[in-house]
Amino acid sequence: MSEKTNAVKQRNDRYNKYVDTVTPKTSIIKALWHSFWIGGVTCMIGQGIGDILAYTVPSLSQDMVANITAMILVTVAILLTGLGFYDVIARQGGAGSFLPITGFANAMASASMEFKTEGLIFGTSAKLFTVVGPVIVNGVVWSTLAGLINLWILGAF
Amino acid sequence: MGAVWSTVGTYAIVFSVGGALCALAELLIVRTKLTPARILVIFLIAGIALEAVGVYDAILKVCQAGVSVPIVGFGASLAKGSIQMARTHGFLGAFAGGLVRTAYGVGAAIVVSYIVTLVFSPKTK
Repeated sequence: MSEKTNAVKQRNDRYNKYVDTVTPKTSIIKALWHSFWIGGVTCMIGQGIGDILAYTVPSLSQDMVANITAMILVTVAILLTGLGFYDVIARQGGAGSFLPITGFANAMASASMEFKTEGLIFGTSAKLFTVVGPVIVNGVVWSTLAGLINLWILGAF
Repeated sequence: MGAVWSTVGTYAIVFSVGGALCALAELLIVRTKLTPARILVIFLIAGIALEAVGVYDAILKVCQAGVSVPIVGFGASLAKGSIQMARTHGFLGAFAGGLVRTAYGVGAAIVVSYIVTLVFSPKTK
């Protein structure tokens, strides 16, 4: 009995060693660098859009510049998703491609496109929020709490 | 000439801060097995917390798009809207403010996603 379990154990060890030799070693440094520069470039593009908007249309308020910048970034990211280019960035970029607002848009668009085959109501419309739902829900809950705490602390003084 | 250098400096800060946030998120994925959705929520709540304690504006002034383009900026924007509307409209305003302030981006994302889905079909893999 114990001989048998021993043999099984040895076999598992051998198998694990084999798996280790075959799995490609993804270097952490390389992954971090790709995230770093892709995330950084995305932010610089956002800054560039904002600067150009503020320069060409000086009458825009600061909030409105931020809103239009977000809308442009989101639209471009979704179009790139539709054309299949965002996948290429995401494969390299890791966190650099999903942490910026463009990744948020990409998550929405790719989920909605993936489930197009299940129909526009229960496919596209329902699955649109599979990835970004947690972000919206937590965002609304915690920001409302922040607003209420702020109101009550201010009201107390 | 000074203006050029200050612009270069701003973009260098934007690049390095935005990149550093993304690298931090990547490190969390590699080291802790957290799923991307969890990391998004963590960074979002970090943004809300920064805005709630009132330090986000100071960070934004220095880092600009480096901090506002990552999801941290979305969280801060939600919290800022909620806090502002709570002050102007009272109790009920706290519930509406966050969504009102972020409605431009979220609305665009939903509408454009829908249109793109109608126009393009996913690649068959």
